Amino acid sequence: MNVHQSLTTAQAVAPLPPIPLASGASDAMIRFEAVSKVYPAYRDKPSVHALQAIDFAIPRGSITGVIGRSGAGKSSLVRLINGLEKPSSGRVVIDNSEISALAGRELRLAQRSIGMIFQHFNLLSSRTAADNIALPLEIAGWSRADIAVRVAELLELVGIADKYDRYPSELSGGQKQRIGIARALATRPNVLLSDEATSALDPQTTRAILDLLANINRELGVTIVLITHEMSVVRQLAKEVAVIDGGQVVERGHVAEIFTHPRHPVTQAFLSEVIGDSVPVSLASRLSPQPVAGGQAVLRVQVRGTEAGDTVVARLSRELSHDVALLSARIDEIGGQHVGSLILSIPGGEAAARQALAYLSQHDILVERLGHVA
Amino acid sequence: MSRELINLIVQATGESLFMVSVAALVATALGLPLGVFLATSRKGELFAAPSANGLLGVIVNAARSTPFIILVVAIIPFTRLIAGTSIGSGAAIVPLTIAATPFIARLVEAAIREVDAGLIETASSFGASPLQIVFKVLIPEALPGLVLALTLAVVSLLGYSAMVGAVGGGGLGDLGIRYGYQRFMPEMMLAVVVVLIALVQTVQTAGDYLARRVNRRLRHR
Repeated sequence: MNVHQSLTTAQAVAPLPPIPLASGASDAMIRFEAVSKVYPAYRDKPSVHALQAIDFAIPRGSITGVIGRSGAGKSSLVRLINGLEKPSSGRVVIDNSEISALAGRELRLAQRSIGMIFQHFNLLSSRTAADNIALPLEIAGWSRADIAVRVAELLELVGIADKYDRYPSELSGGQKQRIGIARALATRPNVLLSDEATSALDPQTTRAILDLLANINRELGVTIVLITHEMSVVRQLAKEVAVIDGGQVVERGHVAEIFTHPRHPVTQAFLSEVIGDSVPVSLASRLSPQPVAGGQAVLRVQVRGTEAGDTVVARLSRELSHDVALLSARIDEIGGQHVGSLILSIPGGEAAARQALAYLSQHDILVERLGHVA
Repeated sequence: MSRELINLIVQATGESLFMVSVAALVATALGLPLGVFLATSRKGELFAAPSANGLLGVIVNAARSTPFIILVVAIIPFTRLIAGTSIGSGAAIVPLTIAATPFIARLVEAAIREVDAGLIETASSFGASPLQIVFKVLIPEALPGLVLALTLAVVSLLGYSAMVGAVGGGGLGDLGIRYGYQRFMPEMMLAVVVVLIALVQTVQTAGDYLARRVNRRLRHR
């Protein structure tokens, strides 16, 4: 494998393998079958192909991340899952019933088995916490007594039992999202859709809300779909991920696999958000593309997999019989796999640099030469 | 001021309150659903019916642009049909209602449109029917705005009611014109104006208080 090339020609991505639809019939909670969504031209706006030939399945009971930049088609995907929009072609199947074929009362019944939480919480300002949670139950026609019991359970589940009589204006963002989660779970749905649910929250609150979602998935077995533009959310919570870009699923699979071996440039960009692939400013200003007499070569080593980055430095130092200096490092864990990058400087001139590159390539470690410093 | 004149003021105040409150009730009963429909029937909305929306919009605008005094005389045959007569406080309720209904409809439309579209989407995603969305989301969320809109409508009706003297409607405005202006009794004019100011002040204060009470967007406790 030519590692230099693999880093620079990432645009040439192999097509995704076909999906075994037959085997996914029963263990998939949500299935997209050749789904396209076209918004027709309106006045001076041209038609928009929001989604094109989407073909993928979300396993029952999983936490699946759907990550994409703004305008990638995330919102359309959500609205197709909860039946607020119909695909232009193809089928959307939820729990073995085709939601894209339902309308009117049947659709409304099906929608009760899909809960949803929102970036801006979307709570009614005129209702208390408890009454907000009661809303979907009232809509579903539950009796007053049943609603009271269920709401008490839900308040307990999301950990805000003491706030039952507070109005949203009196609560913090995290508390509001807890009410949103309780409301989404009220009718005991099989699917919980999270539409950027933590994007308006601070990092600490985000972590608490994601932990709550993980608990809910574990205890209730609800299939959770996380729609997000934040890699950190997918990394913390999801086991499966689909990367969408330009209305297409460009990459999908296990989180650990996708993010240790990203193939599509969009995936790589999301990954660098987490592991910080950029070169430190002070170093970048000193780098020169040509070898410097008596200087050192600067290499960036990608850490992917179970092998921790620190052994790379030690092994390389032994191999070269020179101490390799670590200039910058960022290693994170995604799905139990180490992912990150190290920036090393190799003393000993061009010969040592070539030797280091050869050694790393032999051991299937991705490396690129950033330049040279004096 | 003589006992007789005070009695006249009390009687006129009673007539004004009667006309205004009945007209306000009926106009609200008609204007509220009309306003909700206007707010939810454009293309792509809850009860999408763009042509009905357009037609109602034109009718509402036509009614609102007709000067009230012209409306009063123009619809006399209709008033007679509804009230059995075209003269008196009872008959005056008909033009007052017809003038207030499109006004209330527009105010209701504006208040309903203030409700965050995200909430409609949220309720839809829970499987709420359009009527459930109106009664459980739109009206409760717009309530502070609706209360202020009705307050404004009642205040405007008090103003309109001064003009129905033209068809023998009676009331404070009529008293002010006939005694204060035509009989050169400035003290009567002043008394009528003071009573009207007190009424408007009371209605507005009550409306503001009520709107604040139902507004949960503010922190209060």
